[in-house]
Formats: sequence, structure tokens, C-alpha cells
Amino acid sequence: MKSELYTPARYLPFGDHALLIEFGDIISLEVNGKVIALNEAILKAEIQGVEELIPTYRSLLIRYNPLKTTYGQLVFHIKDIEKTLIESTIEVEIRKITIPVVYGGEYGPDLTYVAKFHGLSEEQVVKLHSEREYRVYMIGFVAGFPYLGEVPDEIATPRLETPRLKVLAGSVGIAEKQTGIYPCEAPGGWRIIGRTPLKLFNPLQQPPALLKPGDDVKFKPISEKEFKAIEETVLKGIYLPFSEA
Amino acid sequence: MKVFNVLKPGLFTTVQDLGRYGYLKYGIPISGAMDTFSLVAANLLVENNSNDACLEITLFGPELQALTKTQIAITGGAISPKINGQNVSTWQTLEVQEGDVISFGKMEGGCRAYLSIRGGINTPLVLGSRATYVRSGFGGINGRQLKTGDIIEGFDRPPLKVGYSMSEHLVPQFTGQFKVHVILGPQADMFTERGINTFLSSPYEVTLEADRMGYRLEGSIIEHKAKADIISDALLPGAIQVPKNGKPIIIMRDAQTTGGYPKIGVAIIPDVSLLGQAKPNDIIKFSKITMSEARKKLFEYYKLLNNLRRILLKK
Repeated sequence: MKSELYTPARYLPFGDHALLIEFGDIISLEVNGKVIALNEAILKAEIQGVEELIPTYRSLLIRYNPLKTTYGQLVFHIKDIEKTLIESTIEVEIRKITIPVVYGGEYGPDLTYVAKFHGLSEEQVVKLHSEREYRVYMIGFVAGFPYLGEVPDEIATPRLETPRLKVLAGSVGIAEKQTGIYPCEAPGGWRIIGRTPLKLFNPLQQPPALLKPGDDVKFKPISEKEFKAIEETVLKGIYLPFSEA
Repeated sequence: MKVFNVLKPGLFTTVQDLGRYGYLKYGIPISGAMDTFSLVAANLLVENNSNDACLEITLFGPELQALTKTQIAITGGAISPKINGQNVSTWQTLEVQEGDVISFGKMEGGCRAYLSIRGGINTPLVLGSRATYVRSGFGGINGRQLKTGDIIEGFDRPPLKVGYSMSEHLVPQFTGQFKVHVILGPQADMFTERGINTFLSSPYEVTLEADRMGYRLEGSIIEHKAKADIISDALLPGAIQVPKNGKPIIIMRDAQTTGGYPKIGVAIIPDVSLLGQAKPNDIIKFSKITMSEARKKLFEYYKLLNNLRRILLKK
């Protein structure tokens, strides 16, 4: 198979205070793996003038302080780091997080549609959605919204033709091959198949989001009763999402 | 300390500071004052820190009643402020007595004005900033625009012994025409040469779809080479996206942090601050600038911000 990676990666100016490094223009674990590895390596290197890193599906944006460094200096420095990554694969520690979800019914109003669309039973859709691990490719759309990929082709479903004006917080949706979780109530066009009692975003906590790019997520089907029980522990602030990973 | 009672909220008045940095990877935009320069000036005119929180006023101002004696300054767009119905000047320190009512006239130039109070506005810090981010509902006053009956809290600071004003030649004039310098890229190679020329030679008009998230522009169609979509990547204020319809969208401070349209260019920091004063029907012209020219302009801009406190005129 032809590699989807840009070789070498593209280093591009992003205005007067940022550098964009593109690894490809495709959603793939290979491309995203490069993004996450370079992200970690740059964080470790503590480069003078680097203010903030924003990893996405296929690129890394580096916002820098132009008083402390220049575009040229950064490119030079980071190309060096990239080279060492090619020569030796560094171990990036991947966090594993389990997200409990009630599928179907009022929790997932589009589960029936997704099942019908593919000629599957609802149980089969739930099984297909919850049996694999998903990479958090990036956070965007609204604060704390994780773009996860990728669902099996058997359940990949187009977005709603008319987006809902209100999707509840915690809703788990599918859009084509992506799946994601609404951190707060928002308008949205993803097909909602379930809901988690976990809080994905809280600006009063540090860090403010439960997930970060590079994490691995697995969904775990739960009952309505379990949902209520977990919801209570979440509200009390004693739920530990990482403990069962 | 209670400083103001909000009698009328105005069209869209929020608490803003210089913004919330370091959380883009969690999908949290920078937010903060759309016109950075005017916010800093408003703060310095009452001897605040540059980053203290002010009110950002949009097109139609609020009506505020003072609950204590204080000092304020109003900068940004030309909005003819009044105290108890009497016109007062912008870009200078103003004395306000308990019971005074501050109101505003029509915005004659620009889009946003900034009202600072001595000591700064006191709302809880959220992720290190007081900037209001309405879309996710945090920062400022309960994450929303002002409403009637809100109380604006301030910090208790000794009043200033002298007032200040800004010399005329430093006061920006907002004419509704904006010249914006851009560094081409990161995805300028997705446009034809003709497309780039169109972008750099045609005037663009700000449409009604213009708010703190960004401005959709109307004007000549910018031609893509082939596809007009990319796999989403990160955005910063000043980024100029061009979707399939060929009409540019300028990303501003409350925009979502990722986007799936190619970016033809990114406006330089001083011009993003200027763009904070653009409103519907205003005209924007883009011009290309090299990285080293941009760096020179940026240093001049930072130098001005750094020296501003020193070069204010004592009254």
C-alpha cells in the first residue's frame, strides 16, 4: 500500500506567530501517530519560545512567541527533533479511557435509524461500536468535543440532513466514519446512538477536558440503572474514568 | 466592591481581558478583546495592568449607574459616551461619582468600545482569564453577555491622583476601510495563481454574518485549484479560510479551534487587533507581506504597547 504520509513533512508558516507541520491530508492512525509523537517530543524538548501545541488529525500547529524565537530557528530545531523520531521510535504513553454508554431509546434516538440504514439489528450496531478502540484524533467544534476514529464501515452513517437544534451533553454520535461525544448541549448533525453520564468538559477543572489528542477510548454498554449510579458519582466528583483501563 | 448597576445591557456587552491562552488543544478558543490595542489603552488610562478585564461594548452601548465613586476610561470605536447626559471624551481618564449614569450615543466609527474601571473588573478567573466565552458559557459574568440588573464588581484600589489622555496622533481612526497584511499560507498552494491574485487585488465587504467568532466576506470569488476541503486542522485568530463558494471567512477570537477549509493566508497580529473594529458593510483589502516585514511591524506594535504607559499625557 502506498504510504499516505508526506515525506518529508511539510513545514508551513501560519501567520506571524505560528508554524504548521503537516504529515498528510488523510485520517489515519499512521499519520496521526506522527503528529502525536512529534507533539510529545517537542513538549519534552522545552524549546525556547514555544507557547502552545495543537495536534489535529494530520498536523501539528505550534504557536510561538515571536519575541523569543523566529520561524527559521523553530523549523531548524524541530526538523532536528523530527529526524531523531525517524531514527528511533520513541514510546508515547497512550492513556486508555473507558466511556460507559447507554445505547438506544431516549439516550440514543438515532440508533434505530443507523441499524435500519445498514440492515443490522440495534444489538449488532452496539456491538460493532463498542468492541473497538478509538483514537482521539483531535478536540474541536466546541470545547472538549473529541473527534474519534474510526468506526467500522458496517456502521458508518451520514450526518442528519437537518441538524438538531439541541443535542444533550454526553450524547455519543456517528458522522460517516467518525464518532464523537458532545461535551455540552449544542446544535449538531451527528447521528446520536447513545449517551454517557461522564462529564467531558469542565472549565473549572485542570485540565478542563477529560480527553486529549492521542488518548485511546473504548465505549462500554451500560444499563439505565448503571447510568444513574455513575451520574451520581460523577456529580460528587468521585468517578475515576481511568481506573478500569 | 460593587461598581456599576446595569440599567440597560446594550446590544452585546461582555467582560474581556487579553484572552485565555494554552487551551486550544482542548477546543477552547483564545477569546479576549477583539481590539487588543484599545483594551490595553483603556486599562493604562486608569493605571491598570494591560491584562485587566474591561467591558467590551458592541455597536450599541449599555446604560450603567455608578454605585461608588470611581475612575474609568472609554476607548475603541467612536461611540460618544455621556455622563448624566453630558458628552464626555474618549481616550482619557474620567471621574465618576456615585449615582452617575453612563450612557452611549451612536457608534460613528468602528464596532467595539472598551470601558475600563480603576482596578479592573472582578469576575472569577476561569482557566487563567476573565474573558467571556459565550458559546461554552464560561468566563466574565456567568459566561454570558450583560443583562439588566447585573452588578459589575471591581477591585478596591486607591483612586488616581492624576488623570491621563492619549495624544491625538496615537488614537486610531476607524473609517470602515481596512488594509490587512497577510502572510500567505499555510494552504495557499490549494489556490490557483488567479485565485491568489483575486484575493490580493479585490476589495471584500464584511457581511451581516460577523461576530466574535469570525467574519464572512462578500466579494470576488477566489479560485481553488481542485478540492476546497482539507482534513480539519487548527485555527488561530486572523486565519483566512476559503470554502468551496470562494468567499473568504476571517477567523476571530471566539471561533472554533479547528476547521476543514483551506487557509489562503493569515493576518498579522497588529491587523487582527484592527479587524476587531470591522462591522458589516466595511471594506477589507488584503495585501501580501513577507515574514521579515511582518516581524518588523510586529516589533513596532509591541514597542508601542510597551511604551504606551510612559507616553500617556498627564492631565
